[in-house]
Amino acid sequence: MAMEITQFLLAAQSADAKVRTEAEGNLRQFQEQNLPVFLLSLSVELANNEKPVESRRLAGIVLKNSLDAKDAIRKEQLVQQWMAIDISVKSQIKDLLLRTLGSSVPEARHTSAQVVAKIASIEIPRKQWPELIGSLLNNMTQQDRPAALKQATLETLGYVCEEISHQDLVQEEVNAVLTAVVQGMNLAEHSPEVRLAATRALYNALEFAQTNFENEMERNYIMKVVCDTAMSKEVEIRQAAFECLVAIASAYYEVLEPYMQTLFELTSNAVKGDEETVALQAIEFWSSICDEEIELQEFETPESGDSGPPHSRFIEKALSSLVPLLLETLLKQEEDQDQDDTVWNISMAGGTCLGLVARTVGDAIVPLVMPFVESNILKPDWRCREAATYAFGSILEGPTIEKLSPLVQAGLDFLLTAMKDGNNHVKDTTAWTLSRIFELLHSPASGFSVISPENLKRVVGVLLESIKDAPNVAEKVCGAIYYLVQGYEDAGPSVSVLSPYLTEIISCLIATADRTDGSDSKLRSSAYETLNEVVRCSNIAETSPIIAQLLPVIMSKLGQTVDIQIVSSDDREKQGDLQASLCGVLQVIIQKLSSTDETKTIILQAADQIMILFLRVFGCRSSTVHEEAMLAIGALAYATGPQFEKYMPEFYKYLEMGLQNFEEYQVCAITVGVVGDICRALDDKVLPYCDGIMGLLLKDLASSELHRSVKPPIFSCFGDIGLAIGEHFEKYVPFALPMMQGAAEICAQLETADEEMMDYGNQLRRSIFEAYSGILQGFKSVKPDVMMPYAQHLLKFIELVSRDRQRDESVTKAAVAVMGDLADALGSNTNTKLLFKDCAFYSEFLGECLQSDDEQLKETAGWTQGMIGRVMVL
Amino acid sequence: MAPHDLRRPFKRAAISDQQKRRELSLLRQAQNRRDAQQQARCLASSILSLQSPVPESEPEQSDIELETAPEIEKEPGTLLKDLDVPGASKLRGPEVRKWFARQLMLPEWMIDVPDRLSQDWYVFARPAGKRCFVVSSNGTTVSRQRNGSILHHFPSALPAGAKTRDSSGSGQSYCILDCIFHELDQTYYVIDMVCWNGYSLYDCTSEFRFFWLNSKIEESGACNPPSYYHKFRFSTVPVYTCDQNGLYAAYTGVVPYVKDGLLFYNKHAHYQTGSTPLVLVWKDENCSQYVIDTDSKGEIPSQQQVVLELQDNGKLVTSDDPPMLFGCLDGDIIQKSGLHSGNLLRFAVSDGGLSFVDGKLEKADLNYLGKANRGRAFADSYSKVVFQYTVRHSPLKIDDLLASINSLDDQEEKPCDVEMVG
Repeated sequence: MAMEITQFLLAAQSADAKVRTEAEGNLRQFQEQNLPVFLLSLSVELANNEKPVESRRLAGIVLKNSLDAKDAIRKEQLVQQWMAIDISVKSQIKDLLLRTLGSSVPEARHTSAQVVAKIASIEIPRKQWPELIGSLLNNMTQQDRPAALKQATLETLGYVCEEISHQDLVQEEVNAVLTAVVQGMNLAEHSPEVRLAATRALYNALEFAQTNFENEMERNYIMKVVCDTAMSKEVEIRQAAFECLVAIASAYYEVLEPYMQTLFELTSNAVKGDEETVALQAIEFWSSICDEEIELQEFETPESGDSGPPHSRFIEKALSSLVPLLLETLLKQEEDQDQDDTVWNISMAGGTCLGLVARTVGDAIVPLVMPFVESNILKPDWRCREAATYAFGSILEGPTIEKLSPLVQAGLDFLLTAMKDGNNHVKDTTAWTLSRIFELLHSPASGFSVISPENLKRVVGVLLESIKDAPNVAEKVCGAIYYLVQGYEDAGPSVSVLSPYLTEIISCLIATADRTDGSDSKLRSSAYETLNEVVRCSNIAETSPIIAQLLPVIMSKLGQTVDIQIVSSDDREKQGDLQASLCGVLQVIIQKLSSTDETKTIILQAADQIMILFLRVFGCRSSTVHEEAMLAIGALAYATGPQFEKYMPEFYKYLEMGLQNFEEYQVCAITVGVVGDICRALDDKVLPYCDGIMGLLLKDLASSELHRSVKPPIFSCFGDIGLAIGEHFEKYVPFALPMMQGAAEICAQLETADEEMMDYGNQLRRSIFEAYSGILQGFKSVKPDVMMPYAQHLLKFIELVSRDRQRDESVTKAAVAVMGDLADALGSNTNTKLLFKDCAFYSEFLGECLQSDDEQLKETAGWTQGMIGRVMVL
Repeated sequence: MAPHDLRRPFKRAAISDQQKRRELSLLRQAQNRRDAQQQARCLASSILSLQSPVPESEPEQSDIELETAPEIEKEPGTLLKDLDVPGASKLRGPEVRKWFARQLMLPEWMIDVPDRLSQDWYVFARPAGKRCFVVSSNGTTVSRQRNGSILHHFPSALPAGAKTRDSSGSGQSYCILDCIFHELDQTYYVIDMVCWNGYSLYDCTSEFRFFWLNSKIEESGACNPPSYYHKFRFSTVPVYTCDQNGLYAAYTGVVPYVKDGLLFYNKHAHYQTGSTPLVLVWKDENCSQYVIDTDSKGEIPSQQQVVLELQDNGKLVTSDDPPMLFGCLDGDIIQKSGLHSGNLLRFAVSDGGLSFVDGKLEKADLNYLGKANRGRAFADSYSKVVFQYTVRHSPLKIDDLLASINSLDDQEEKPCDVEMVG
């Protein structure tokens, strides 16, 4: 019953787009007409050694994609489809796949292994493929089976273990699987191919092996085999074994103690003398240990003796040997490593690990690193100077300010001088170290900084000179300026010390952004982002004339981007990036200048020109809107207020486009936010656009395609619209309110064990309350009766939320407020009184809020109490 | 188990603030939304917080002030005399603004020099900034602008202004100050005191209020630099008796804030909500950046603009009580433009200008421009229109003021007949 589909599978890979599209269409048609036959045909193709490798490979991929998808909803659909297929067809497909594991063609074996695992992930938890594990294990235990079959079987076992939980099988099966895998690593019995497959399978099965790792004897055995394998003579197998060790460090940190001596020796030898691929994994092992210990420290409660996982202090114990080991790696730089962003080598891994070690142990690292810094910083070999600087920069986070500040105070001048070093790498690392110093040891807001008003002049002078250096150095200098100015944010009057330099800093950053000698746009975007930080952090009272001058400069640059000639999609992308940077700067300027009444007029005067520019930026694309331009428009609407009305006729279509952008959900989310800004700016003048906007928002809510994170903002936006248009919201009530009620019911069912889901639940609750608040306030004293039929449901929802002990503070505030809004809006009448009389929970809930330490919450609760009281005394 | 991603080298992290920009935008939007919703609630909230039950027993430490302000228990009601709670809570948008504007004492514009300036008046330089009511109660402080929106919500050293461990415990006390928030130094300049520590100063003369203000504010520690329990600094302004020296000092003296005109307070006037001729404002180019009204773009229109309220019969009037008639609008225009009684309309003063006979407005040559900005709660007052008119034509100069004091000094015997408004 299978069809012959080879020709279509080959044609679907043709270089000729027309042929390809047609073949894809044909395949889709087969799939839609008869899915079981189609899947069977694909597995027949994959299993047939006579067929070309290309068609077999594609058959496997299409098969796999018919079983699994990244998107959870799509995946669930595929699972249901598979389960609906006739059992005899499914077992034919599975037989074909298992047979393919023994194929002489490696690609067919590999693809088949992946597909088997996907089917296993559906069927094993449902106990629908009980014979799979037995038949795979049989491949391993039969002496006469070819090495190729064993290799593919191990690969399959690894993938299957990755897909399922150990709880899906009985413990004997779990043990048998792991035994098969670990035995596959045995040197005496197997060929290198089989051992490599077994080691990689173990890597995939580590989580699956949880119960076995809990058993000391089994754990000892597994660890011994992995450590032995880490000394194999084949480099690929050694690398795979070290990858296992890295994963074990993360997953089984708490049981590592007995093996640490051995592991230190293994990794230390690898770092010193093994191939780079292996050495990188050995360093990664220690980085992973740091990750674990840093996390333990972050969650450590000050009163010890509670039952958290143990902190074994491996890094502290290994410190005196580990640090010298890592310092040595710093000297193994490659030429030109700073020119290429994709390079990852042993000196970078070593420096990264050193930084993690510093965060893990704090002060203790300083005396171990400083002698290395001091003895290398002046050597003629650039590698020594670079390594010394990198080491110094790496340990700036972790140790205390008390420990670091004398060193940094003493070294700052040296570093500033080193910005004139003859070597590019040294300057690159020096500029990076300066940026770390400013990030971590320069915080006038909290009263500490290594920069004094006296040395600021020199610091700025050096930075503005070095920003003209090679692009990689200039980019690091941007970072240094970024953190330098950021330090003054929220620092009150002390930001004024920066004001005299501002004009020069800004013009240097613009000149840097204009440079054309960088290989990519990274320098330009760094320069603009730094410019943003400069504007954001400056003292508006002193610098508004400078920022006012910057505005037309950026506007003219943005104007020029629109006229760039676009030939290729590459050009289009470059134009988009440049516009993103410039719109970002405009957004920051708009927000800064509109923050005080005195400077707001500057924005109001330029608003028409700015808006025309944004519209032209939007016009550069046909189907999507520019995210950064949209963000900036929100800021502009906030600044202009009711005046924004005149831009609406032109702007509206882009608003629509943004609200329809399901794929780039960030764009959609930002557009929803802008709708809120516009509602507040225009009040009831937004009314003519509301039919369109509400239609799209409702569609967005109903879409399963749209990322869920956009949905809470949409509910909040209902509130914004309700508050703006008041009684005119009535016609949307029959559509919007059921959505709100539905979402409220979803809140009740959300998984509370999952932290991310809990966050989402809190957001959703808050946004539903905000929606009710805005709508109720809008109807208040004009048409409160419209909301009466929804009051009961809302109160039930508030009650449910009030009983949730884990609710977020912001949810509590919104819940209390909306309860007051309800009483307030519905007004004093018998119906309202009955409504509240019937629900007893509110007084307890209000009592709890009135006890709160949060003033705002208390005030709101007091108000709500008054509002309900007013209804009840009737 | 997913393969370990290559670690991102920390030396190479690119600066990208797009996420930060998104988050800042979201924060701003969330804040604006809270403000908008809160504004719809705040009016009622402020009423309720002020109407919280009066102390059942006398405060433990019996202060002298008790005797000086015996009617404390009724005072919140005085503030809210023309509104009951249910009525107030129904207010929205423009009504909120009107209500709050009604609580502040608003100066008239000085269009002629009052008598006995040097004997009966104080003068001080008005700080440039946002006029607001600062209310401290229940361990928190809230400042509300004229339109009712909350400017800041913060802890302060005012009585009952912060939750501090050593706060004196009387939960019922509160303060209401009439302030101007000065952006540049982030300071609240207290220009008048309405209630202090639960005691109302409504029915006290400005002489007494200023004396009280200067001694109490300093004592409370509210003038200290900001700290954890005291987010904004408060400051008094130097108030002078309006003799020649005083006026000169207020006009030219160096103050830590940007000046926006001079305020004149009659010494005998009580704190009266709404517009009053017993407080006057005067400006010229030397002491204010905002002498001539600007339009929404911040530019000075070529012709003076006025905002008047349309009445049932087509009459156009000012916000004064009783209103001053400026003209009439044709019934046709009213119909065509869909105007209603109560609408605030904007007019330009055309070439014919304003004509006065015996100091009274006789005729105004007005040209209809359109509806006024939605943010407006009131029509212009008569004094404002006239002040703006004279500024453009024959301004009242500082020398005129100084000269009038001179001449008034010679007329000591003139009887004191300042009209008190109860």
